[in-house]
Amino acid sequence: MSFLADLFFTTLATVKDVLPIVLIIFGFQFFVIKRPLPNIKKVVIGMFYVILGLSFFLIGLEEALFPLGRLMAQQLTDPEFIRAGLDSAVEVLQWSDYTWVYIFAAAIGFSTTIAEPSLIAVAIMANDVSGGSIGARGLRISVAIGVAIGITLGVFRIITGTPLHYYIIAGYIIVIIQTFYAPKLIIGLAYDSGGVTTSTVTVPLVAALGLGLASTIPGRNPLLDGFGLIAFASLFPIMSVMLYAQISAWRANKKSKNSAIQNEGGE
Amino acid sequence: MQLIRRILSPFLSSARDLLPIVIVVTFFQLFVLQQPFPNLEKIILGIIYVMIGMTLFIRGLEMGLFPVGESMAYAFAKKGSLFWLLLFSFLLGFGTTIAEPALIAVADEAATVAANGGMIVNDEAARKDYAYGLRITVAISVGFAILVGVIRILKGWPIHYLIAMGYLGVVIMTAFAPKEIIGIAYDSGGVTTSTITVPLVTALGVGLASSISGRNPMIDGFGLIAFASLTPMIFVMAYGMMI
Repeated sequence: MSFLADLFFTTLATVKDVLPIVLIIFGFQFFVIKRPLPNIKKVVIGMFYVILGLSFFLIGLEEALFPLGRLMAQQLTDPEFIRAGLDSAVEVLQWSDYTWVYIFAAAIGFSTTIAEPSLIAVAIMANDVSGGSIGARGLRISVAIGVAIGITLGVFRIITGTPLHYYIIAGYIIVIIQTFYAPKLIIGLAYDSGGVTTSTVTVPLVAALGLGLASTIPGRNPLLDGFGLIAFASLFPIMSVMLYAQISAWRANKKSKNSAIQNEGGE
Repeated sequence: MQLIRRILSPFLSSARDLLPIVIVVTFFQLFVLQQPFPNLEKIILGIIYVMIGMTLFIRGLEMGLFPVGESMAYAFAKKGSLFWLLLFSFLLGFGTTIAEPALIAVADEAATVAANGGMIVNDEAARKDYAYGLRITVAISVGFAILVGVIRILKGWPIHYLIAMGYLGVVIMTAFAPKEIIGIAYDSGGVTTSTITVPLVTALGVGLASSISGRNPMIDGFGLIAFASLTPMIFVMAYGMMI
């Protein structure tokens, strides 16, 4: 019974979020384009699936993963837990004492990104548009690796207390340089994959991690230093996707060269 | 047999997508924190819900959201009315962002930061005003980004010019913005792109790029989301400077 009530209220909330979009779409369709949507019945059923699916998704996350993940982030960042893992009793913790926090940051960044619905959407689209040459799975894994690296570095930043914008500006410079060398076809997609990684699944868990760290480390202000992890998580996938495309291009190039040499040898 | 496989296979692929999270959480709970799972049945049930939700969402994406975005892009391209297309682009960005729950949460936190930092009066009404202003700012910036991004697709400008300009804007604004707002501004770029906006906007971009001759959907179609996660950073820092 409580599940049905949950489902009802979550669906209601999702409908409220979607309402402006639906109004804009149908408003333009009827008053500007003035032609009914093709396959209107299928589209409406599809929209219904999207709303119901998101509601189930959110309820499941709230029931199972978020409470556990938040608790985990809290426990792992607790200074007591970190001291217990060290051999000697130390007063002041060094940045290198947070081993499990780094591993957790990377693991949770990777695994939540793989389950992120918006990334799945973009990956399906890229797969269709490129005629299968950009595989959905390869793209998602390289984005997830980017997020893992980004969040780990973001955690390092909170622990050491270095200014956020130095990292971000350095990241921008690397992205711009990479843009000159990356295959042209991937650039738009790589930039987009930065923005899509951080939504439904990743943000709540990552925010809990940032807040947990910023509130237990002396000298950090949770309201100032707790922010910024999401910015890392949306910058690093841009680099990792371009790198993935570069590596794929190099390998394809090498292969075709090799086979060309073999062909020549055969003649 | 075939029917069963057709129904089961999307569930299996959702299960595969969730497997990494399950492994990570289990490993940390049992081996690092060395604690048993609190109410295991509830967690398993929750994971089953997530799987059902993911499967439905992906099915609905292919049936509903992608076709809507693409067919509207074709219709606008055929109609040839620039004004309506641009208005639609702006409203799509604005309308999807203003109601975004993640943004509402960040805006409230930002208001607390501003009040503690002495930037605004520390009372309920002032905080509410500040948070509301911030949400409007971000929504306008996303609407603006989609609008400019659509113009880019029409003109065929390379995406990296826009992005490089956006980066430059962020760097310049960072130098002048109050310190308290920077973290929030940087994060607000990431939270604006919701699960429903992304498929619609991507389909719009790809649809436009494939219905205009001389544009390549792969090169010109993507990039709308990227620009829409940059402009909020610039606009939020500007908001922080003005108040």
